Amino acid sequence: MTTTPTATRARVARSVQRQGALVILVVAVVASTFAFESFGTTGNLTNIALQASFLAVVALGMTFVIMTGGIDLSVGSVFALGGVLAAWGAQYGTWAAILLPLVVCGAIGLVQGLVIARGGLPPFIVTLAGLLFARGVLLLISDEGATTYKVPPDSAFRELAQGSVLGIGYPIWIVVLAFGIGALVLHRTTYGSTVLAIGGQEDAADLMGLPVVRTKVVTYLASGLLAGFGGLLIASYTSSGVTVLGVGMELEVISAVVLGGTLLTGGAGTILGTLVGVLLLQVIKNVINQVGSLNSNWQAVVSGTILLIVVTLQRWLSRQVK
Amino acid sequence: MSRFDKDWVRRNGVYVALVLLLLINVVITDNFVSAGTLRLQLIQVAPVLLVALGMALVIGTEGIDLSVGAVMAIAAALVPLYIGYGTVVSLLIAVASGAVTGVLAGVLVAKVGVQPIIATLGIMVAGRGLANVFGGEIKSIRDDGMVELGSGDVLGIPYVVLIAAVVAALAWFLVRRSTYGRQLVAIGGNKRAAELAGLPVKRVLITTYVICGLLAALAGVLMAARSQASDPTKLGLLVELSAITAVVIGGTPLSGGQVRIAGTIAGALLMQLITATLIFHDIPDSTAQVAQAVIVVAAVYVQLGRKKARKKVAT
Repeated sequence: MTTTPTATRARVARSVQRQGALVILVVAVVASTFAFESFGTTGNLTNIALQASFLAVVALGMTFVIMTGGIDLSVGSVFALGGVLAAWGAQYGTWAAILLPLVVCGAIGLVQGLVIARGGLPPFIVTLAGLLFARGVLLLISDEGATTYKVPPDSAFRELAQGSVLGIGYPIWIVVLAFGIGALVLHRTTYGSTVLAIGGQEDAADLMGLPVVRTKVVTYLASGLLAGFGGLLIASYTSSGVTVLGVGMELEVISAVVLGGTLLTGGAGTILGTLVGVLLLQVIKNVINQVGSLNSNWQAVVSGTILLIVVTLQRWLSRQVK
Repeated sequence: MSRFDKDWVRRNGVYVALVLLLLINVVITDNFVSAGTLRLQLIQVAPVLLVALGMALVIGTEGIDLSVGAVMAIAAALVPLYIGYGTVVSLLIAVASGAVTGVLAGVLVAKVGVQPIIATLGIMVAGRGLANVFGGEIKSIRDDGMVELGSGDVLGIPYVVLIAAVVAALAWFLVRRSTYGRQLVAIGGNKRAAELAGLPVKRVLITTYVICGLLAALAGVLMAARSQASDPTKLGLLVELSAITAVVIGGTPLSGGQVRIAGTIAGALLMQLITATLIFHDIPDSTAQVAQAVIVVAAVYVQLGRKKARKKVAT
């Protein structure tokens, strides 16, 4: 196979564009391992993975939403609502703790999907309203945030996020499984290819007779379910429903997805990239905690800057590709 | 109702809703019609309105600015740092910080070609962190000039309200009467066409983000002056959502190409009045948020109806 220098450059540019976050992640992990004694320890690394798992679950749903060319701003509130519902439901047993948040958060996602796909309203506005709505419901059931529900000490629900197999916490296993399924769904199912087709060009997908409305509804439903699931995981992990969680989380999740190489315009992206994006954000947090002299506020500064650098690089590289 | 009536209601829905809510309050809220109540409402809405006016311009270019809340916090955090050099100096430095973030957003959007939502998201995340780094914990601002700016008035009109009114008038003039305004609307309508027509697209876009940043920073300074403190963690939190809501229910479409300043003012007033009405009647915050959510979707739905109706007329 012969390749011209331009073609080679294009190929390199494309792979850097896709794997940029992975390269930064590897460099960050290797550098931090040498720079900080405590970074490379098994305990610290599993801790990073565990902390990242809650965000990762939510980011998986967001990846599909963004691939359809949409956005879901409600996930932070839905995440918090899911956590509070789970902690409240735990007093009625483990199944109540799991099903209640999934049903309510799924319903919120379903309604958003219907309004967006059938009503044709912009996702930005609908899910912004969803953000307010879910946070409002959360405040209603927690007496304006004054009541914190506790998971009963003897509840088996605690096991869900606190238990572990082979020294690795259940949440990490769940994330590995969920992302594996996510990747299969995207690449091996009709639903997955329809998601990409919609994001690529919605009108064309519609003309081709693809089930655009149904696919979008399912996507927002899944995002709501996964956000609720993330919330119930954290409720299990902390044994309580913390009302103040999830503020600004939607933006962190979007950052992770974009860092992972999914284009905000939709139509292209990778599931595993999102996982890399989430891990990268978590490693940054961890490293800044390790640098004792740095104020923890630098976390936000560094995450925001890296996001801007990565998107700038992505733009620049996509021009090289062309 | 005839088609004309329906269309009229759609186009002026925000004003109708505002007048209705005012009337309802006159009837059901004790002491609503008093100088004190009105004054307080206007003082409270002024900073949000400033942010919303900048946001309206950005949305007119088919952009969006998520960084406004963080920009407010940065500006407010800078005030106590430089207050030692005098009121005016600290004020200028604080407001100028909005120009810096505006240039950054504008360059990322116009020159690099990053999507506005992502560019301003990055600035928002980094900006909120920076505000915390500068500001640390809540700092009180002890300065007579700042106190006067936050709480003083001319002829009974608080400075804060006066500033918002002047900026609103300027914004209206910019959109309706200036070349910049016409170019902005043209770019928002069809960027490619504007480029082909030789309009200075990049310059207009950058200018717009700078104006938005300046107004957000000004709003941040005014809020800090009013409370005589800067709280980098909380100040301006979620203001981007209130501002976008005010702009959208005021009739400016998210798809750009149109800027409605009067509608934005009415939108901001309506949001303020909804919150105030619920507070007057001891209805908790949670219900207020649910109400806001429903109103936002309803408002956009009504506008969408108008667009669909137009399409039908056209074809």
